[in-house]
Amino acid sequence: MNTNEAVSARKTTYREAVRAALREALQKDERVFLMGEDVGKYGGSYACSLGLLEEFGPERVRDTPLSEAAFVGAGIGAAIAGMRPIVEIMTVNFSLLALDQILNNAATLRHMSGGQVGVPLVIRMATGAGRQVAAQHSHSLENYYAHIPGVKVLAPATLEDARGMLWTALQDPDPVILFEHATLYGVEGELPAEAGAVPIDRAAVRRSGKDVTLIAYGGTMAKALDAARMLGEQQIDAEVIDLRTLRPLDEATLLASVAKTRRAVVVDEGWKTGSLAAEVCTRIVEKGFYDLDAPLARVCTEEVPIPYAKHLEEAALPQPSKIVDAVLGLVGPRG
Amino acid sequence: MMPGAEPSPDFLELTRDHALALLRSMIRMRRFEEKCAELYGSGKIRGFLHLYIGEEAIAAGVMPLLTGDDAVVSTYREHGHALARGVPMGPVMAEMFGKVEGCSRGRGGSMHLFDVSRRFYGGNAIVAGGIPIALGLALADRMQSKRHVTACLFGDGAVAEGEFHESMNLAALWKLPVLFLCENNQYAMGTALERHQAQLNLATKAQSYKMEVERVDAMDVLAVEAATRRGVEYVRGGGGPWFIEFVTYRFRAHSAYDPELYRTKEEVKQWKKRDPIALFESLLQERGLAGGDDVATLERETDEEIAAAIIFAETGTLESVSDLSKHVYAEGAR
Repeated sequence: MNTNEAVSARKTTYREAVRAALREALQKDERVFLMGEDVGKYGGSYACSLGLLEEFGPERVRDTPLSEAAFVGAGIGAAIAGMRPIVEIMTVNFSLLALDQILNNAATLRHMSGGQVGVPLVIRMATGAGRQVAAQHSHSLENYYAHIPGVKVLAPATLEDARGMLWTALQDPDPVILFEHATLYGVEGELPAEAGAVPIDRAAVRRSGKDVTLIAYGGTMAKALDAARMLGEQQIDAEVIDLRTLRPLDEATLLASVAKTRRAVVVDEGWKTGSLAAEVCTRIVEKGFYDLDAPLARVCTEEVPIPYAKHLEEAALPQPSKIVDAVLGLVGPRG
Repeated sequence: MMPGAEPSPDFLELTRDHALALLRSMIRMRRFEEKCAELYGSGKIRGFLHLYIGEEAIAAGVMPLLTGDDAVVSTYREHGHALARGVPMGPVMAEMFGKVEGCSRGRGGSMHLFDVSRRFYGGNAIVAGGIPIALGLALADRMQSKRHVTACLFGDGAVAEGEFHESMNLAALWKLPVLFLCENNQYAMGTALERHQAQLNLATKAQSYKMEVERVDAMDVLAVEAATRRGVEYVRGGGGPWFIEFVTYRFRAHSAYDPELYRTKEEVKQWKKRDPIALFESLLQERGLAGGDDVATLERETDEEIAAAIIFAETGTLESVSDLSKHVYAEGAR
């Protein structure tokens, strides 16, 4: 590799960034293997593992039956016994079939065994709505998992994070769950050729601003950035924070931003009741209440199962216009 | 269903030393748990307490046939499994007392005994929840070219769970080195087998997944041992998984909270006639391999061990509450 190539940014997609991360993990650590439904011959239901079976063989890229509990549990056992499995659950919707394994085993074994049993397992899954696939294929249940002590929960919203979070997650001695929003796979962008591991313990300020803080993650991050641009046209300077890590939450970054802007809107594709947004708001109120000049606001998914029809689905989900409206409700129109 | 009482084929090979080892193991489990029940009554042990009494021939017959490198995945009725696997009695008792000297530092209790140094991966209290883990342990061993066997214990209740069926299929499909050991004690908590299963022969379920199976009278420790030997050999030889249904019976209540409304005293009495310890003792007497003195000696030695384990547990320490959040994540991690 010559130096020019090493520093040059190249055009790629979120999907290719995920694939590059998987490929690098399989190349660098022989304990790593990938298993899940259609990860091999099919190439991954979102094409994230296309070509990996051919490159690494069926021992390390394993197609499984449609048995979420069995193959997630097998990932747990393999992690305990010295491997570094990456288990792909096709989507969060199906992850409920493996929730027993994740909650009662992966998250619990270390504590229940008095520190003897560690589970260095990485679970990846697609999440979210926005593709007209209706109620059973559109859930955003990141908050279910972020509720659980014993796991870490990540939501890569950028190409850089899709490329870099996996390797860091694999170095973690505890189970890490990565949520990839299904609408992100086709997103194009530039990634430095040498892009690699990124930290998984902090939020990121994606846009600096002084009037209001928009807090988002995963599929809503780009919507928050769009909203920030729209607000900019109205002379409202919004800061956008990408949570990135949903458990543990990076309180320091949130509180520092709110201390500066004194207002916050939390954007979350989960349903409002019992949402991650509720948790974020509570953290801000608990430790940053006196920094606030206005009530907190949330833009979440309407409390309905996600409908099929395009206009109804759009109406159900957080949108940039709804975020803008929420902000205007806090700061009032300017200019 | 009463299993037959035919002597196992290995009967004639039995030596005195071997016989006494099997007997000692069963007596140890029995008397340990009888003491646990007492300690529960006096409030020293709390939470759930699921006794293995009546089923001891399984652990006694199985565990000595595993090597130290083999793995064991167990259930919430695992005191006997842990003791027979070699987890020392003191730490097992201390665990039930909730002491830091316990084999899970008091975090697990009766249902979650762990000893990773002996590859004893616990006490899992979600019925069938440990089975997928056993698959993974076996998969990892195979991917690392280790010729180890993973012994996976579960009860008849587990065969009704989806995780059981998913796991049978995956284990057979991938030819994983797992020895599945189904302890069919006739009841899923209080629901009799014929009230929760259409197919009462549980081995046929595994057979339908193209697995090698065997069905054994588990009141006969020698039959347990013989079947396990065949299974371990097959699995270690790379043949894939092997499934044994051990037909047994739980003499005591499901847990300390169970008033046993679902079965008759007469039924329990009938099964107790085939108490695995009493059966084995009379067999040894008949064969002139051991007598009443031997049993008395084993019982005395066991009682001494139990007394020492209680002292170990009693004098153990309670973990500082300031350490409550330890072991949720690895040390140094959040």
